[in-house]
Amino acid sequence: MADLIYRVNMTNLSFKIEEVPTEWLGLGGRALTSTIVAKEVDPECHPLGPNNKLVFAPGLLSGTSASNSGRNSCGAKSPLTGGIKESNVGGTSAGIMSKLGVKALIIEGLPKNEETFYQLHVTKNNVEFIEVPELVGLDNYAVLDAMAAKYDKKVAVMSIGRVGEMRMNLANISVKDPSGKLRSHGRGGLGAVMGSKKIKCITVDAENYKEVTIADPEKFKEASKIFTKALQENPISGEGLPAFGTNVLVNILNEAGGLPTRNFRAGNWEFAENICGETMAENIKARGGKTTHGCHAGCVIQCSQVYNDKDGNYLTSGFEYETIWALGANFGIKDLDLIAKMDGLMDDLGVDSIEASVTLGLAVDAGILAYGDGEKAYELLSKDLPNGTPIGRIIGSGTHILGKIYGLVRVPTVKGQGIPAYEPRAVKGQGITYATSTMGADHTSGYAVATNILNSGGYVDPLKKEGQVELSRNLQIATAAVDSTGMCIFVAFPALDDPKCLPALVDMINARFGASLSIDDVVNLGKTILKREHEFNIKAGLNSAEDRLPEFMKYETLPPHNVVWDFTGEEIDEFWNF
Amino acid sequence: MHILVKLFAQYREGRFKAEQRDYPEEATAQAIINELNLESVSPLGVLMVNGRHVDVSYLLKEGDEIALFPKVGGG
Repeated sequence: MADLIYRVNMTNLSFKIEEVPTEWLGLGGRALTSTIVAKEVDPECHPLGPNNKLVFAPGLLSGTSASNSGRNSCGAKSPLTGGIKESNVGGTSAGIMSKLGVKALIIEGLPKNEETFYQLHVTKNNVEFIEVPELVGLDNYAVLDAMAAKYDKKVAVMSIGRVGEMRMNLANISVKDPSGKLRSHGRGGLGAVMGSKKIKCITVDAENYKEVTIADPEKFKEASKIFTKALQENPISGEGLPAFGTNVLVNILNEAGGLPTRNFRAGNWEFAENICGETMAENIKARGGKTTHGCHAGCVIQCSQVYNDKDGNYLTSGFEYETIWALGANFGIKDLDLIAKMDGLMDDLGVDSIEASVTLGLAVDAGILAYGDGEKAYELLSKDLPNGTPIGRIIGSGTHILGKIYGLVRVPTVKGQGIPAYEPRAVKGQGITYATSTMGADHTSGYAVATNILNSGGYVDPLKKEGQVELSRNLQIATAAVDSTGMCIFVAFPALDDPKCLPALVDMINARFGASLSIDDVVNLGKTILKREHEFNIKAGLNSAEDRLPEFMKYETLPPHNVVWDFTGEEIDEFWNF
Repeated sequence: MHILVKLFAQYREGRFKAEQRDYPEEATAQAIINELNLESVSPLGVLMVNGRHVDVSYLLKEGDEIALFPKVGGG
């Protein structure tokens, strides 16, 4: 049976199934969420009001046996940026939705009764609306426990914590992973949109699905084998990422002078060794955690890990470079175990660990706490934030709003979203991505670090302007396409350097759907999606004046290379000429 | 001449994190890679001297800091 659109209306608590319109048939993941948001959501609407929609769509290859295809996209108008948002996640939801035949789940409207929170339970051809007063005020792990008690243990769960209930800008939608821990639809406050619709959690039945149908199983198997081999043989996806995780980047960015430190005042940090990937890997080996771990079934890269404390007790998993950087170099915590404890806390709370931590970095400038005061930071995150005290609400509004409330100038945001982990002045291609991304300052949307710093896909000097706009454009187009397939973005490393990788990916899509797409078709899909998102943003009021980095980066030199952000507006705007 | 050699990721195993080492004048970056037998572990990914990417033919100077990484990535 063909995949279907599941449409939920929260205003009258109704549900209907729709055939997939022809023009959406070839779309999945980000391509589908952004297309639906662009078509059905008024760009001028309030993100937390009745006219925003929350859309989930698994990737084109999700639910198949293709390696690393288990990413689910979530889209809406973002309360943080005021523009379009797509955030994709591992976990178990993409595979289960695909196997159930859900092409997209569209949630619209707001309930009339503001007191009640609901659980949506998605089964084959149905969605149940269940009032869940007993879950209100709980955070994510308690919700997972409640759902595990109610359904088969494999049930997919997407939930919000108290911070999402309070509709704060840094609220995530958290997703259960294969080991019962959490992954996040992060950045942009999608958890606040879910909270505005009074949905505490969405569960997807894992007991009655069928395997996805493959139009040409033989061709699929063959392409899948080549693709998997490309991932496993690439030194980055096959060796570096599994051994050290993404946190291997601390030392390399520190050496390159591109590790933002003390709220973007310098490009390197004297305590980098305390928090780096090598130290993390040593701790994991000594304490009995796991250096390799996949965020979804079928992952062969296994960049994730399980990180324990000195006594061997679980602290966190999915412990990423960007979080470690933000709480480490940028906010000043030198103790990796404390950073891990805060990361685990933010999983449970359903808080964006990048936005929250960049906000803490700025809170030092605001005089709220001292640089490196991890104890006070933990108290703010564990008590003030989820209890919604006034200072908790201010932190929960994100970096941009905190900067406004305290009258600060050095506010590291683009389109209202905190800048992550890579200094734009010293990694200029990444700066172009931050400036132009339709998502606000988002490192994943066009990862120029690969070519500026890691010699992946060639080399473009990170400190020079030449070639950066073109580099960022090509990467953003490719990323928009990859985000539509359900693939993890780390397939980009082999795709950049191994000529067999991308054709195998396209072959798998063709074999799955009986299509005959070329690589150019897939690239063109990326272009179309980017333009569609850009058009939405312009109608929402995010014009070219918003495609800019914070002004202080233009006049404040960044040590050790003593560089400034020196692109003119016209040079940045060239990005959109394609 | 004195060179500060810094190793990262898999290159550290059985070697060192950072060491001041002596090399003859006009030694190249490649000479250090060869001396430490790094590429038997994993192909060279990134080579920086004093925080700038350079080529393996780079001629080292007194006081240089050289950083050597295998192919690594993240994001």
